[in-house]
Amino acid sequence: MNYAADVRALARKDLLLELRARDTLPAMLLFVVATFVVFHFALPAHSSQLAASGLLWVAIVFTALLGLGRAFVPEREQRVLDGLVLAPCDRSAIWLAKGIATFAFLGAAEIVALPVFALFFHGIDAATVGGVVLADIGICAVGTFLGAMAVATRARDLLLPLLFLPLAIPIVVGGVGASVAGSPGRYLAFLALYDALFALLCWATFEYVVTE
Amino acid sequence: MKPVSRPHRVPLPALAVASLALVTLALALVFFVAPNDANQGFSQRIFYFHVSIAFTAYACFAAGAWKALLHLWKRDPRADLESYVAVHQGVIFGVLVLLTGSIWAKISWGHWWLWSEDQLVLFLVLFLFYAAYFMLRYSVDPGPQRANFSAVYALFGVVLIPVSFLAIRIAKSFIHPIVFTRHGPNFGGWILVAYCVSQAALLVLAYTLYRVELTGKLLDVRLRELRLA
Repeated sequence: MNYAADVRALARKDLLLELRARDTLPAMLLFVVATFVVFHFALPAHSSQLAASGLLWVAIVFTALLGLGRAFVPEREQRVLDGLVLAPCDRSAIWLAKGIATFAFLGAAEIVALPVFALFFHGIDAATVGGVVLADIGICAVGTFLGAMAVATRARDLLLPLLFLPLAIPIVVGGVGASVAGSPGRYLAFLALYDALFALLCWATFEYVVTE
Repeated sequence: MKPVSRPHRVPLPALAVASLALVTLALALVFFVAPNDANQGFSQRIFYFHVSIAFTAYACFAAGAWKALLHLWKRDPRADLESYVAVHQGVIFGVLVLLTGSIWAKISWGHWWLWSEDQLVLFLVLFLFYAAYFMLRYSVDPGPQRANFSAVYALFGVVLIPVSFLAIRIAKSFIHPIVFTRHGPNFGGWILVAYCVSQAALLVLAYTLYRVELTGKLLDVRLRELRLA
């Protein structure tokens, strides 16, 4: 089997699992809508539209955290990871497949969340959507990687936000910039740079996370 | 893979004497020889320490990442502990950057914290990132897995530093006094000498502290082994 086939098989497994058990996606959807309602009451009346745009990114990052925290739970509970590591495939395929599956969940949550945001607050332009897609790639690449580490520690769910949020700050800068700046080009380029750098780093070092 | 001490070329007592001498010399130069700044007056002298400490912290993080790479690449048994100690020193110097920067901001601009100051914000992000490094390291049992996790995370740090720096720069306009421009340092004479001596003093001091902590940690490991034997 080649690399692409390994990745496809692993990602398909995660998507099928979610389709049958429906563990993660409904939780993410409910969470993101609930967050918007909280934001409505957290923002004082007549506050600027820019503030709401910023909060959209807070909602995205926290929703992603919710999904990422669940990402490696099936592997942990059923000890699937040991089997995957023993399988004759490149270890980075495990990260890539999990990243693709998480990206699909996060994307699905956002397909609902962005129109809801537009309904509750204000319209969304193409630059914001582009920013969301680019940010999702970075969030899933880094988040899946850190999720695999966090799940192997004693602190588990406690640790992932602590590891992830400092790394997510540049994503938030790029995303908010793309949403609110007059010329979003440089912010989108920055997000693309972030994605490329960290995806490469994760891809190269994932082997050390799952092996000793 | 038990860590063993590496034969060092410079003995620790010599390093301690050198750092004491250099720090004393730096203090003397900064307070008695370097001239007052035209705009900021006496308080500008904190610059010699603030900037030197920031550079030293970067050097520590870079050393930590380099040792992490050695651990992953060459499987050097000593690299894990050395990487940890370097990152630890980096965090200590990073906190000092936050403190000195805060004092400088208060005196120059009247506020203890300024989001418009790149260096301060960057060190806050780095502080959060490396504080999580310790959380990660201490929630995994000692062993090869912990060494791998720490090493990979330390490598993330050196990628995060330039990326965060870029992020903070594009996020806003800045009013931080830029001392180094593209045309080289825009100062000369005693100012340059005082800066270079403080920089050297802090680098030697950081290396001395690194060696002291490393020696202590290795002793701990050895003691535990003897107890178990």
